[in-house]
Amino acid sequence: MTLREIKDLLDAEVLVGYDQLDKEIKTAFGADLMSDVLAFAKAGSLLLTGLTNPQVIRTSDVLDIAAIIMVRGKRPSPETLRLAEELLIPVLTTKYILFETAGKLYAKGIVGCMERVDDERAFT
Amino acid sequence: MAAWKGLTTNVLSHEPAIYENSFPVEGGTYENAGHVSSQIKALLKRMKISKEVVRRAALVTYESEINICSYARSGKIVLRVTPEHVMIEAIDEGQGIVDIELAMQEGYSTATDRIREMGFGAGMGLCNIKNFSDFFRITSEIGKGTHLKMVIRIDKDFDGI
Repeated sequence: MTLREIKDLLDAEVLVGYDQLDKEIKTAFGADLMSDVLAFAKAGSLLLTGLTNPQVIRTSDVLDIAAIIMVRGKRPSPETLRLAEELLIPVLTTKYILFETAGKLYAKGIVGCMERVDDERAFT
Repeated sequence: MAAWKGLTTNVLSHEPAIYENSFPVEGGTYENAGHVSSQIKALLKRMKISKEVVRRAALVTYESEINICSYARSGKIVLRVTPEHVMIEAIDEGQGIVDIELAMQEGYSTATDRIREMGFGAGMGLCNIKNFSDFFRITSEIGKGTHLKMVIRIDKDFDGI
């Protein structure tokens, strides 16, 4: 799915990264805990989160996250958006809650970047 | 808590460095947290090191940087790149770690509410650092500070994801 299709599906607003909407996305990870994102999220995944501080952008940069969807209508501070612009990471916001966001994406074929944490951990 | 798997620090320091630099990290504030990690990641990328190695190096640097911002008065991150290894050291002046074995346990944390608000403090940091490094060593002195040493092997036959 392209980021543009995801934007339409989630009725999302693009806050950063209009020029990256053709990006192809296959996997996602959802969490509000950056420690878990760092432990489990894989490169190229979509990050679904309700956290909006600048560390979300830093964490995404470190992990090569493809794009961030802020759920529950969260809007990040100008500081967070500036950092996303600087590090070229798309940020979208949707009014859907995390569960609904994940469900809608899953129904369209986006899968988790891993199924269970005991299957394989992101230690590669 | 040495996990060098046959590689000693001496071997590393005898390898000629392609790049060596030290980056100061401000303690007790998140204002610039992650700044050094982004810088180091960009540097390693430019050196044409494989994506996977860059990602792992950025990750262990970031976890260490967050630790310094969260717990220490001040600190620095030292990056040393040789033809075969990326070595990252995180050295801080701070409270130190009372029980390293306990601190290494997944889920154990002494984080304050402020740290948790930022999305950290789940007791995963040191575990992540250990798991994403090929070699990891931690030493700490109470009231003085903590010293982390992480090494990631550059495998020339493996060009990343």
